[in-house]
Amino acid sequence: MSKNDIKVALIGNPNTGKTSLFNQLTGLNQKVGNYPGITVDKKEGISKLSSTRNAVITDLPGTYSINPTSLDESIVLKTLFTKNTKESPDVILVVADVENLKRNLLLFSQIKDLEIPTVLAINMVDQMEKKGITIDLSLLKRELNTEVILISARKNAGIDDVKSAIIRCHVAAKASPLCGIDHKIDPDYFTRLKEISPNYSLYQLWLMLTQNNYPEQLTKEEKEKLLAYRNNISKINKYQHKETIYRYQQINKILKNTYSLDKSKATDLRSKLDSIFTHKVFGYLFFFFLLLVIFQSIFDWATLPMDLIDGTFAEITDFAKSNLPKGVLTDLLADGIIPGIGGVLIFIPQIAILFLFIAILEETGYMSRVVFLMDKIMRRFGMNGKGVIPLISGTACAIPAIMATRTISSWKERLITILVVPFTTCSARLPVYAILISLIIPDEKIFGFLNLQGLVLLLLYALGFITAIVAAYVLNKTLKIKSKSFFVIEMPNYKLPSVKNVFFEVVEKTKSFVLGAGKIILALSVVLWFLASNGPSSFNDVEKNTIDNFVNQNLSSEELQQKIASVKLENSYIGILGKTIEPVIRPLGYDWKIGIALITSLAAREVFVGTLATIYSVGSDDENTSTIKEKMRSEVNQDTGRKRFNFPVGMSLMVFYAFAMQCLATLAIVKRETKTWKWPLIQLFGMGLLAYFSSFLTYQILS
Amino acid sequence: MSTIATLRIGEVGYVSEESLDAIPLKLLEMGCLPGAEVQLIQVAPLKDPLYICVNGSHLAIRKETAAKIIILKSEY
Repeated sequence: MSKNDIKVALIGNPNTGKTSLFNQLTGLNQKVGNYPGITVDKKEGISKLSSTRNAVITDLPGTYSINPTSLDESIVLKTLFTKNTKESPDVILVVADVENLKRNLLLFSQIKDLEIPTVLAINMVDQMEKKGITIDLSLLKRELNTEVILISARKNAGIDDVKSAIIRCHVAAKASPLCGIDHKIDPDYFTRLKEISPNYSLYQLWLMLTQNNYPEQLTKEEKEKLLAYRNNISKINKYQHKETIYRYQQINKILKNTYSLDKSKATDLRSKLDSIFTHKVFGYLFFFFLLLVIFQSIFDWATLPMDLIDGTFAEITDFAKSNLPKGVLTDLLADGIIPGIGGVLIFIPQIAILFLFIAILEETGYMSRVVFLMDKIMRRFGMNGKGVIPLISGTACAIPAIMATRTISSWKERLITILVVPFTTCSARLPVYAILISLIIPDEKIFGFLNLQGLVLLLLYALGFITAIVAAYVLNKTLKIKSKSFFVIEMPNYKLPSVKNVFFEVVEKTKSFVLGAGKIILALSVVLWFLASNGPSSFNDVEKNTIDNFVNQNLSSEELQQKIASVKLENSYIGILGKTIEPVIRPLGYDWKIGIALITSLAAREVFVGTLATIYSVGSDDENTSTIKEKMRSEVNQDTGRKRFNFPVGMSLMVFYAFAMQCLATLAIVKRETKTWKWPLIQLFGMGLLAYFSSFLTYQILS
Repeated sequence: MSTIATLRIGEVGYVSEESLDAIPLKLLEMGCLPGAEVQLIQVAPLKDPLYICVNGSHLAIRKETAAKIIILKSEY
């Protein structure tokens, strides 16, 4: 970013086409970063305004007002609050929906009172004729005392006008308040408030007071004076109400002469679709049908690309092993880093497909209907309707699911949702379930058409959802957190999804998963590689001793290498760890080898399969599942002389993986979102204990 | 006394001045102002939340909130 660039903050109500405008202005020049000090994603893009001028555009979360009620919305206030810093915008671009102009202007009027140069873009003007709307643009410009541009972001109309308006507005750099709250509500009160600091506009001081949020540049004395005002909170609340009503009065006055709506032109497509989607029978049926389609697609469509990624990384590992000089660095690369990256990339297909569906559902406006349908049910379990989205996302990965809870305004409801999301069956559990099911459940059909193995998998998914909901219920009863549960959601008009918006959304979300969770999974893979390939001082003799032990058995060199790998693992740090925990996990039916797999699964659950493959000395150059499966099938329990992976052990393991919190990446995200280690630790131990005792019972009852 | 929660589907009322303090700020900001026309569009299957149209905004609110907002049957 050069000094000459204009910093533009893009702001608007949800569902106004703000994202469309952002995509039109910036194209592919987008990146997601972090706001300093807070870890909310910040979407930025560069827009070429003219041949000499660029703008850095920040896409702020959609909000109905500057007064925040959720984490997402508080970002808006924070950005607009700062003055003369690197973050503070030069120009604010407000997007409004032509159909809801009155409500959209409330936010505009608040922004205007901050006295920052502002451009108003009225979007979806291509719909005006159809909806019977007429606007007197020149009068509106004069009344609002600002640049007003009519655009249609989806049709790419008016975008150039927005760009030139930004430049004009930046050059003029004069800004005056629109409503001026000082003389209308309580002149005395506001005059005294204004006198506190000459560096801020009255509205900024008023916001500091109402939001109890003070910029660092404020002097101690000024802050104390402001804090004194907070002794009378009820007065502040009352004046906030009065302020909002006053703003609407002003807006009505302005719109009366400039905006007209012919109600007879209103179409009833919305009500027709609503009567289906929110119907007490068809509404739920359609929703569950949709869920079925989503899950089917996640598994069907993702199989091919996932196999491709898996195969490619196995080949890269082979290539590295056979072409690089032997040594620790090659081992680190071939056994630590490359499989680590593969372990992250393998999730991309499923996650991208899931985000594709979620983006489409949100773009069309259907998601609000789901929230409407589910709110009452979810509330019984201490969550709210908006929690449905994280619970669905959780079936791909808990990490984006936890980030999706940011729209929930009640802290208690949000926390409960964050805590229970890891129970939903994420895609990392799938490889574990798949191999265990194929080992212990016969490939048979019941009632002639239901595949028994598929049915068990379905039951495991149901187990995940039900546990999440029961856990939410328990948490709701036990957590003593006072948090106002307030719920209001806009039911937007139905729209066809824009391909461009959906595409950008999927790319952005997938990218942030790869970069966020990916780092943690990769780092852990390297740590686990180190623990598995190093051991106490006697470790280095292992290779020699093994060769000595097997020297008379006429093993092929390949078989000998496998034996060495297996014995090495047994004597490595991680092998020792596995043996240490063996007494604890024996009542669950596990031995130290499974113990190792449980430990390595802490990085990511699907590592279970790979670890067992190594332990059962399947050469890592032959990543053939059937071979791993055969090895696991023939593994014998030394104590009983029978198969190690029999029905009780397999069930006990599946129950363990269903409940245990074996994902350090998720724990790290929960820490980030809750800002304390308390909750991730509660998750780790709570879910761990639940997993332990459930597996214990499963094994003891079945065997 | 009628509130938004006692409206029948399709019925229209007007938010009364006296319930101003009972309206959460956020709802006020979304257009639910004293004097505004409010229509009940749909009730969720389990009788809660309510889907209303107020001042041109289509919103879903919970019954407990709706029950606090008094309405008059004719414009004032």
